[in-house]
Amino acid sequence: MPTVLILGAGSDMAVAIAREFAANKYDIQLAARNVASIAPLEQDLRIRYQVQTSSYAFDATDFNSHPAFYNSLSTKPDITIAVFGYLGSQEKGQSDWTEAARILHTNYTGAVSILNAVAEDYAARGTGTIVGISSVAGERGRQSNYLYGSAKAGFTAYLSGLRNRLFHKGVHVVSVQPGFVYTRMTENLKLPPMLTAQPQDVAKDIYKAVKAKKNTIYTKWFWRYIMLIIKSIPEFMFKKLKL
Amino acid sequence: MEKRLANWGNYPAISCDETSFSQEDQIQDFISSHSSVIARGNGRCYGDASLANHSVSTLKYDKVLAFDIENGIFECQSGITLDQILDIIVPHGWFLPVTPGTKFITIGGAVASDVHGKNHHVDGSFSGHIINMDVITGNQETITCSAGIEADLFWATCGGMGLTGIITRVKFGLKKIDTAYIRQKQIKAKNLEDLIRLFEEYKDYTYSMAWIDCLQKGDAFGRGILIVGEHATPQELSEQQRKAPLHLAQKRKLSMPFNLPSFTLNTLTVKAFNWLYYLKNTKREINNVIPYEPFFYPLDAILHWNRGYGKAGFVQYQFVLPLEKKDGLVAILKKISDAGLGSFLAVLKVFGKQDSLISFPMEGYTLALDFPVRKGLFEFLDQLDEIVLQYGGRLYLSKDARMKQEVFWQSYPNAQKFADIIKTYNGKKLFRSIQSDRLLLTQ
Repeated sequence: MPTVLILGAGSDMAVAIAREFAANKYDIQLAARNVASIAPLEQDLRIRYQVQTSSYAFDATDFNSHPAFYNSLSTKPDITIAVFGYLGSQEKGQSDWTEAARILHTNYTGAVSILNAVAEDYAARGTGTIVGISSVAGERGRQSNYLYGSAKAGFTAYLSGLRNRLFHKGVHVVSVQPGFVYTRMTENLKLPPMLTAQPQDVAKDIYKAVKAKKNTIYTKWFWRYIMLIIKSIPEFMFKKLKL
Repeated sequence: MEKRLANWGNYPAISCDETSFSQEDQIQDFISSHSSVIARGNGRCYGDASLANHSVSTLKYDKVLAFDIENGIFECQSGITLDQILDIIVPHGWFLPVTPGTKFITIGGAVASDVHGKNHHVDGSFSGHIINMDVITGNQETITCSAGIEADLFWATCGGMGLTGIITRVKFGLKKIDTAYIRQKQIKAKNLEDLIRLFEEYKDYTYSMAWIDCLQKGDAFGRGILIVGEHATPQELSEQQRKAPLHLAQKRKLSMPFNLPSFTLNTLTVKAFNWLYYLKNTKREINNVIPYEPFFYPLDAILHWNRGYGKAGFVQYQFVLPLEKKDGLVAILKKISDAGLGSFLAVLKVFGKQDSLISFPMEGYTLALDFPVRKGLFEFLDQLDEIVLQYGGRLYLSKDARMKQEVFWQSYPNAQKFADIIKTYNGKKLFRSIQSDRLLLTQ
């Protein structure tokens, strides 16, 4: 059976993605900072979907460990999905570099570091799919979360460059741009129900995008158009908005 | 985050804070930083039992931990819903030992309400099938309990409405089945007398319940349909069904997208019942083999059917009276039919013996029906409570949204013992709900 590696397996989004792929008969490799915490998820996937699972310790901000981590995988995954992210506190990050650095390093530097390792292997073997979960927040900086947004903007650009390069090696890269999603990460935000997806919706969209070899998907789909509008607002007006 | 929350009856609706957790350390962190909290599953209890200023949703704590396919033993975290469990176990020839009339409840909720099903007279309530479970109690310890170990905590947690702590893990036994189908028998009863006689006559059936038409008077008072069933054997299936006896075809679900004017549901149920009673059941008795879903969960086919009662919501009134107090049942039904405030249909079931601390069932008759919230309703229900008390009965806490505290204390014989155990495990009143405050269990 084909295998999916899920980087950042502790989140709600990761649980939904793992279940979606397992339901479609993929073996699952789970990687999270705290391995013990994902043991129940491993059991869950095995019992519900009768697939093989394994779990690994992985810290997105421990860059030096990434090549060794990837080399330690018993089976090289057919699909690698980078799910980890850190919303953090914009306000705190404005004055506290530790917080700002954590936002940037988790969402951008860490993602680049691990996906570089994965990309080298896929490029050498001429096969594989890389999925990066970025965010619509990366499409235009807003005062409420531009630290997170700028890290995601960097990640989105990285994925698009990676796709361009790896296309010629037979490796596919999918950029995922979720809008609002109900997860623990967003639990303290007031989200408009009409615009907010459940993690399961996002997981289904990702699975379909991988199967259909899509390049960039928005989830829910209408975020493509919302962002089109947001991106088209002239800067002299945009800077006056409270977004 | 502040949000508007209500349980299945849409009454009461409150503004509160809800947090979720998917790992045990997250719930410990949450408890440490709050002075009061109540666990909430899928919000299918009807009233205010899982409403509080701070509630913690178990829905993301939903992992299956073990499934012994040989011996039919299932172990899971508390936030998984019964429909997910059924999807896992039925294809392997196992079924829930006890299930209420909806599969959209969590296993934690099933324990906290100590749910009963159509097989109560044979298999008892859910608590009787629990092997052991974990509860995070007031001093933030996770305690494993069962009928034999930490029995006080166990019995005060089964049917205890979350007041001993947060149920995090449950291990329970399953029921062996050979097919995913039920051999069903529907029998028309011309009045209440007839119906009760039929319950007696068919008491050997594993599953039984009846629909009662609450509007009939005179000779037809309490007319209804008794529905009994058994898990079907492969021989009883049609050739088509026998091809994959443990697998049901997926059906599309209907959903009620918004609140309807409050008269609609009653009109719909009147039509549905009359159709069943007059057309479908022109014969006195109908026998057929049907998938387990419509047998156990007829209303689950319409998601959000509760919206049929309109924005003001409804309360479901469910009481039980001792077996020898049949006249009490008549008195209450008469009062309901005279007042004309209730739903047209009520569900009647005969409970078997029950030996537990604070669970709802006791040997006798239980009747459940819906009352749309309107002016004068609560005064009327207070009058019904009086009759229930008078005949030695009690109300189901999972349906309750309005009972006066004295009714609870007078009708549950172990109320004081329950309150004492709550004090032991939840002395600081960390776990409390609007209901527990109303009933003076955590005041």
